Amino acid sequence: MRTFIANNQVIPITNHLRPDGGRWTIREKLLLGLSWDQYRAQFLRNPVNWALCFVFAVGVPILLQRYLFGLGSITHASNDYPWGLFLGFGLFGMVPLSASGFLLGTTVEIFGRKDFVPIERLALLNGLLGYFFAVVYLEVDLGMPWRLYYPMFVSLGPAAVLFLVAWHVATYLSVQIAEVSSAYFEWTGWLKGKRFVRSITIGLTIAGIILSTLHQGALGALFNYAPAKVHPLWLSASFQWIHFFCSAIFAGLSMVIVAGALCKRHLAWRCDRRFLDNVDQCTLGLGKGCAYALITYLVIKVVGVAHDNEWAYLLTGWGRYFLLEMALAVVLPMCLFAYGVKHRRVGLVRWAALISVLGIVWNRLNTAMICFNWQLYREVPHWKEIWVTVTIFALYFVVYRFILYRLPILYQWQGEK
Amino acid sequence: MPTLIDRRRFLRGGLLASAAATVSLAPAQTEAASFEGYPNAMGVLVDLSRCVGCRSCEAACNKEQQLPAPEKPFNDFSVFDELHHGQKRRTDETRYTVVNRYDIPGREHPLFRKIQCNHCQEPACLTSCFVNAYTKTPEGAVVYDPDVCVGCRTCMIACPFLIPTFRYSSAFKPRIMKCVFCYDTRLTKGLPPACVEACPQEALTFGRRSDLVTMGRQRIRENPSAYVDHIYGEHEAGGTAWMYLSPAPFDQAGFDTSVPKEPILNYVKDFLGIVPMVLTIWPALFAGFHLLAHRKEKMQQVNKNEGEV
Repeated sequence: MRTFIANNQVIPITNHLRPDGGRWTIREKLLLGLSWDQYRAQFLRNPVNWALCFVFAVGVPILLQRYLFGLGSITHASNDYPWGLFLGFGLFGMVPLSASGFLLGTTVEIFGRKDFVPIERLALLNGLLGYFFAVVYLEVDLGMPWRLYYPMFVSLGPAAVLFLVAWHVATYLSVQIAEVSSAYFEWTGWLKGKRFVRSITIGLTIAGIILSTLHQGALGALFNYAPAKVHPLWLSASFQWIHFFCSAIFAGLSMVIVAGALCKRHLAWRCDRRFLDNVDQCTLGLGKGCAYALITYLVIKVVGVAHDNEWAYLLTGWGRYFLLEMALAVVLPMCLFAYGVKHRRVGLVRWAALISVLGIVWNRLNTAMICFNWQLYREVPHWKEIWVTVTIFALYFVVYRFILYRLPILYQWQGEK
Repeated sequence: MPTLIDRRRFLRGGLLASAAATVSLAPAQTEAASFEGYPNAMGVLVDLSRCVGCRSCEAACNKEQQLPAPEKPFNDFSVFDELHHGQKRRTDETRYTVVNRYDIPGREHPLFRKIQCNHCQEPACLTSCFVNAYTKTPEGAVVYDPDVCVGCRTCMIACPFLIPTFRYSSAFKPRIMKCVFCYDTRLTKGLPPACVEACPQEALTFGRRSDLVTMGRQRIRENPSAYVDHIYGEHEAGGTAWMYLSPAPFDQAGFDTSVPKEPILNYVKDFLGIVPMVLTIWPALFAGFHLLAHRKEKMQQVNKNEGEV
């Protein structure tokens, strides 16, 4: 795509009107104004697409195997580790990384920080897709995926933490669809829809904060059900929900920084000046938020250790592993963020964001799998389970890119708004 | 009057959102009152000093619950040496109960421990289930309804005794597989479960739970040198219907002694308590932030309007 754009020098389709005065058709909008052959040529030229094809070529048959022969055919079918990578990474990892939507929504709409507007839509989209694919991962993992709606309509168990997660993720997903829909309405030219969404923005945003606080916290509280299984250093019964919520803040912000950096580097043809000129400044602002969230998180983690008097565990092997996680996933990005923001080193902030994204995934995997059943044994996932996890992530990437290519996320729609 | 309309519209949006959230999500806080168990609930007292590891209970369970035939017959005692990931045998989708051997240093004879669902008074599986697939019956059994189960396996995470298992082998009819105290076939008729009936050593005693606690204490009192002074299950996880007496320290006989002495539910109550608070306080708080943050703009607008007049 980049090569193609470099030759053409035109940002494709930012308006309903063609240069010659006619209107773009949906097909042309989908193909970015290219002919089918041109589109295929740019697709085949990109080595990333070949890698994706390889992932899908192996992954899709494994997925079919899962749906035809059961979860046991692609995982180790462990009764000791009922939650594997699909939930450990897909649900517990993707959801904090998708906190970006509500965070930027709050910053812009509630706190009135209009300087973050250029990156707001990217954050909203990142949130929506992250949640959507967390649900996709869930659909791979659930024993009876066709009963996904049961907790809503068929048999309600309202006293369970997971009930909260289910309801909140479902409602929040609808909230996010509404929030991102304004970009879609601009693109299709249905302005009534956009005006309606605009009119309920504040309500949506506040609903987003409530739902996010509760279900980010609830994901942590789920581990409160296993006080004898999760290693005490990764489970602080009194503060687990707030540990998860607080870490979701820097996770979500870091994810936007990373996504913004990737867009600036690889999708510059799709970005307009407003995005390109502001993304660095926004990155510094977000980095500052990350540094604050990280120091808060570090302190409440220490409070968690102190509250349960778990200092002695720090001297064990598990303790060293815990300290390693704290050093690499919390203290290191925190220092990089602080230094980078103070000295306006945008590149450094971006690296810090990448480290903190990986760090949060590591933390969730630790809580859900590695330090789970700490008194038993370590479960190493089946290679097919890993491959399916990668496949779903590749699908997430493809959908993400597909939308960024088209909808006015990184650029402002030039036509009527 | 643009400000008024904005504010009204804003309030409407906020109210709608919070009302929707409250109506649909408020029931998150129920059944939190303290519950001491059904008064006439039945239970089983397992006396490890009597068990000889004959595996008759395993065979009886397999037959009663119509489970698939095991790889090795029930009179094959080499299974006691099996280790998976360094662990002794556990329940799985083909067996609801398992007997394991523990060679305890300093003891002449090994101990045998039967595991199965302990049928907690306040079961973690039940409280963690978001579709109410589990029921604690007044007779004392914890039963499972496969027709509403979604297969999320949170019950397996929550169970401190690692009992529920999942039928991973099935794509179209997966379900949780676990001991149900022979509820439909026996317990409702007042009969002891199949395993208890099959035990030739009277290692398993079926009776009302409250009577079993008394009986356990009596055995310890009458023969204090033969038992550890503790009934495992009297308080573990808030109390269980199946309880154990052991002549050796419980941790040496494979019991998890780190299981809390209170219901697992207690660990999530704090979080469930903050839910209605967040639902009600957050809208006001963040609406306040919004008003504060936009106050300056509004003031400027008002000033400008006045200036024009």
